[in-house]
Amino acid sequence: MNLTLVTDHDTDQAVRAASPLAVRGMTVSYGQTPAIFSVDMTLRTGAMTAIVGPNGAGKSTLLKAALGVITPLAGLVTVFGGAMADMRDRIAYVPQRTSVDWDFPVRVIDVVMMGMYRRLGLLGRIRGRHRALARDCLDRVGMTHFAHRQIGQLSGGQQQRVFLARALAQQADIYVLDEPFAGVDAATEKAIVAVLQGLRDAGKTVLAVHHDLATVPDYFDDVVLLNTQVVAAGPVADTFTEENLNAAYGGRLTTARADPESVAG
Amino acid sequence: MGAEFVALSLPPMVIGVLVAIACALPGNFLLLRRQALIGDAISHVVLPGIVVAFLLTGLVATGPMLLGAAGAAVIAVVAIEAVRRLGRIESGAAMGVIFTAMFAGGVLLLEQSDTSNVHLDVEHALYGNLESLIWLDATGWASLLDPVALAGLPVELSRMVLALIVIALFLWLFWRPLALSTFDEDFARGLGIRTGPLGLALVIMSAIAAVAAFDAVGSIIVIAMFICPPAAARMMTNRLGHQVAWSCLFAALAAVLGYVLAGYGPLWIGAGASVSAAGMIATVSGIILGVAAVAGPHRTRNS
Ligand SMILES: Nc1ncnc2c1ncn2[C@@H]1O[C@H](COP(=O)(O)OP(=O)(O)OP(=O)(O)O)[C@@H](O)[C@H]1O
Ligand SMILES: [Mg+2]
Repeated sequence: MNLTLVTDHDTDQAVRAASPLAVRGMTVSYGQTPAIFSVDMTLRTGAMTAIVGPNGAGKSTLLKAALGVITPLAGLVTVFGGAMADMRDRIAYVPQRTSVDWDFPVRVIDVVMMGMYRRLGLLGRIRGRHRALARDCLDRVGMTHFAHRQIGQLSGGQQQRVFLARALAQQADIYVLDEPFAGVDAATEKAIVAVLQGLRDAGKTVLAVHHDLATVPDYFDDVVLLNTQVVAAGPVADTFTEENLNAAYGGRLTTARADPESVAG
Repeated sequence: MGAEFVALSLPPMVIGVLVAIACALPGNFLLLRRQALIGDAISHVVLPGIVVAFLLTGLVATGPMLLGAAGAAVIAVVAIEAVRRLGRIESGAAMGVIFTAMFAGGVLLLEQSDTSNVHLDVEHALYGNLESLIWLDATGWASLLDPVALAGLPVELSRMVLALIVIALFLWLFWRPLALSTFDEDFARGLGIRTGPLGLALVIMSAIAAVAAFDAVGSIIVIAMFICPPAAARMMTNRLGHQVAWSCLFAALAAVLGYVLAGYGPLWIGAGASVSAAGMIATVSGIILGVAAVAGPHRTRNS
């Protein structure tokens, strides 16, 4: 028994060392009941992974806990086998839109520059190459012409592109995005997907919360179905099944026929 | 106007400008974080601090009063943070609770204890005594280069210079993380910025400004300068650096203009005595805010 445990531990350590981002036993609670409970997640290098689940399933909470934005009750996070604190430079993060103050006196180009904070530090001089990188990132999302607008004076889809550009400016290996397609039109969605797939093809790892079930198989390689706990996780072909979806959404997806009791938990 | 101006008007003017800028600087970030009222709260909880300091020492002296005020401000700031986190309520409500409780405590203390034979002046707490901060050793502009005369400058002046240096250094050093965590807190935390301690440090800087200033100029100016110049500056520009620069300009303008108007304004319109400089400075800052709200180039908000 003891021997098995040790072996399991060693195997998992090897799995985590090979994974860009691995989460184990993540549990977060804001009040009495846990928002996520004992979540395990292992990303694959060079893959695009979707987190899918109903509103309030804990998708944003899982991302925030994994990145150290909030403090979990319990849980372990490794980044390329190391501690998150030592690997922050390798992770880029696009929060859900609601976390941003749209009235803040900041221009689009300044927002993109924020992605370079860890390289610039507290007082590092902004040089020509930093500005060039910011302009290049804006160019990649097609927002060059809006560089000098205040951030709140853009449409929702344009804002989403700017935040993707800020993530690009982080020049990370792992890109974590919370609902990058929320409130964007088809053209912007295509543009964002193209950028993300370009990152994947360059060997980067992408993790995104996604709400449109119809496009999951088109866009993503792996999927994590979440409803407080992990319902199912793995390659889209095996995991993204009607049965698993019904379990994740409590049967509300198909019809009212589903008995909520039978899929609870 | 040489000697008289240097001795009587220059020191209060300079102190007024220092106070205004020391409060407006952190006020920019408090305003953007929708915490502008914390300046108000701090400058009010200073009263119970003074009462306690008097009860403990039996002295009406600047040193103990300043310590008491600082102690009260620190207790208030920590208590507000504690209520906000433990009670899981937003900071405005937490400030309301602490501010009311501490102010009420101060009033109770005053009534319960035997302070009737001492003049603890409410008016002083509100308006300060800016006009009385004169420089008796000055004989003219040349005194500005005379070490002996300079040693006789009001102690409030060096205190404000020190406070302003501390605050400006803090903002200069932590400008980027402050801006980041105010604009997008989740992203800032994802970068490893410790937003909690940083926010607390900002409030402590505001407390330093309020406590250093209140004895010289009273809480009216402090409250006005935390809010009016930054709010007016926000309507002049869409860039943070420019906003802070505008707010310093507006703060200095209000201090100088307000002082001059208070001293000479009533004479110009034929009234007899001058009016309170503190009140006039606060009024001018309000007028600047009004003008910016009507004519500032970036008035429109998104929400
Ligand atoms: N700051 C908070 N304080 C208290 N409860 C919270 C907080 N943030 C989230 N919750 C709760 O935790 C649960 C999970 O929230 P979370 O935001 O992670 O869900 P989500 O899956 O991202 O939902 P959505 O699809 O609406 O974005 C919800 O029940 C929510 O009410
Ligand atoms: Mg969410």
